[in-house]
Amino acid sequence: MTTQEIFNVLKNKFGDALIEEKISAASGFAIVGNAMQEWISIAPDKMKDICFFLRDDSEMQFDYLSCLSGVDYNNGTLGIVYHLTSMVHKHKIVLKTFCKKENPHVQSVSDVWGTANWHEREVFDLFGIIIDGHPDLRRILLPDDWEGNPLRKDYKVQEFYHGMKVPY
Amino acid sequence: MLQPPTLPTNYTVKPGHIKTSTGKTIRTEEMIINMGPQHPSTHGVLRLEIVVDGEIIVDCIPHIGYLHRCFEKHCEQMTNYQQVIPYADRMDYCSAMTNEWAFALAAERLLKIEVPERVEYIRVIMAELQRIASHLIAVGTYGIDSGAFTPFLYTFIDREKILDLFEITCGARLLYNYIWIGGLSHDLPPNFIGQAKEFIKYFRPRIKMLNDLLTYNEIFVKRTANVGVLPKDVAINYAVSGPQLRGSGVNWDLRRDDPYSIYHKLDWQPQIGKGEVGTVGDCWDRHIVRMREMEQSLHIIDQALDELPAGNVKAAIPKRIRPEKNAEIYVRTEASRGELGYYIISDGTSSPFRVKARGPAFVNLSVLPEIARGGLIADLVLTAGSIDIVLGEVDR
Repeated sequence: MTTQEIFNVLKNKFGDALIEEKISAASGFAIVGNAMQEWISIAPDKMKDICFFLRDDSEMQFDYLSCLSGVDYNNGTLGIVYHLTSMVHKHKIVLKTFCKKENPHVQSVSDVWGTANWHEREVFDLFGIIIDGHPDLRRILLPDDWEGNPLRKDYKVQEFYHGMKVPY
Repeated sequence: MLQPPTLPTNYTVKPGHIKTSTGKTIRTEEMIINMGPQHPSTHGVLRLEIVVDGEIIVDCIPHIGYLHRCFEKHCEQMTNYQQVIPYADRMDYCSAMTNEWAFALAAERLLKIEVPERVEYIRVIMAELQRIASHLIAVGTYGIDSGAFTPFLYTFIDREKILDLFEITCGARLLYNYIWIGGLSHDLPPNFIGQAKEFIKYFRPRIKMLNDLLTYNEIFVKRTANVGVLPKDVAINYAVSGPQLRGSGVNWDLRRDDPYSIYHKLDWQPQIGKGEVGTVGDCWDRHIVRMREMEQSLHIIDQALDELPAGNVKAAIPKRIRPEKNAEIYVRTEASRGELGYYIISDGTSSPFRVKARGPAFVNLSVLPEIARGGLIADLVLTAGSIDIVLGEVDR
């Protein structure tokens, strides 16, 4: 299925949970080789329902979450990008969800795909996005008492960590 | 510095009582043990926090991040996309060529560059040689994990010959900076094809020898068969990839299922685990998949060397790398350990706005608690070893 077809199915089923959808022609990017550039934007508090549908529906069967990346768009918006693949139907889709920097909350999908557990912890660690409903939301790469979220664009590194000078 | 156990906050150690044969009631308790970060069989700085009930593992919580170097933040601060390549080398330092290739491929797709055919062939040769070298480390160290020291020495002799091939090509033996965006840093030296052919001839019987020495060794089979079984559905749910996924019997290889470069022109077969000595998806299956993939890689290299076309390997290297504003791409390749993906967002300048590296080792490690639960402590070493993690990539 193409992104357009999947979008239409989701639109019929979930309606207002979808915010917008970008198709290659509209944004001016062609689909090159195995790259994925079309995406569907989903409201952050509807993530779980839609992902369960995408995984379990017989026509979709997106059983493989390739990649989950946090992004700081540097305009007061944070986002998470999901790259999904169906091993059965061999089709792919990109989902995006956005949240405000002041109140960053996104629903967890770690019940849907086990792999999301560590990816979401990484997003929480490096971007400070709070993943609602995550079973074990702790920092993963940085120490538990580190200050700030390094991959945010406005990140300032702390002066000292346990008496050690940090900026080199 | 010794670190206190840091279990998830919702975890409580469960006490219990058992009756001994003499009729006495004694109190039992689960115990928490730290394995690592300096444990030799964690293959790097990984700390596994194990909750045990006697010898049985009740839960296993991996703690990572000891080698975190902020690869993604570094990428954003580069002044040029080309400068990211040496950093990509240092992610999975046992398989640097495939790392470089994945990033170069992602940047090329972003820039819509076509590379000359000779470059594609040389990249395939290098990536497959690297795959053999990486699998040799995996197999050798796995032998050590299971108590067989000799295969390790043999695999390192063979790996040395591959590193020699890399050295005559680009001067470096471990971190190459060889595959650049749009091309390669050097063409092949004149004696490369002869030497590579010689290596193929030499290495074919060595695989058989390694199989006799390790794979079908009775002690090794008894240690690995039916241990650390990773069922197919769990593997897919945890997005496990590479030999670990194929060991669980899933016929999925990105070189075939999401083709890139010239793999579709070559004759080769993905290898999957069949549960020959135990259950599908056990440690032995993951091991045999690596052994068989080495044979397939030799076959690929052999074909690519025969069909190597002429051309200029630097012809397509762009002078100025500036992708379109807001262009973004996710490119995935089959690295030695599995799906290595780069998600790049461009803001129209010469440095990337965001780079996310989806390392196979990071994702493959996340399934470890699932397969370790219910096993023995002694088997955990073998289960963790069969995942073949490189902590440089787990922590980035």
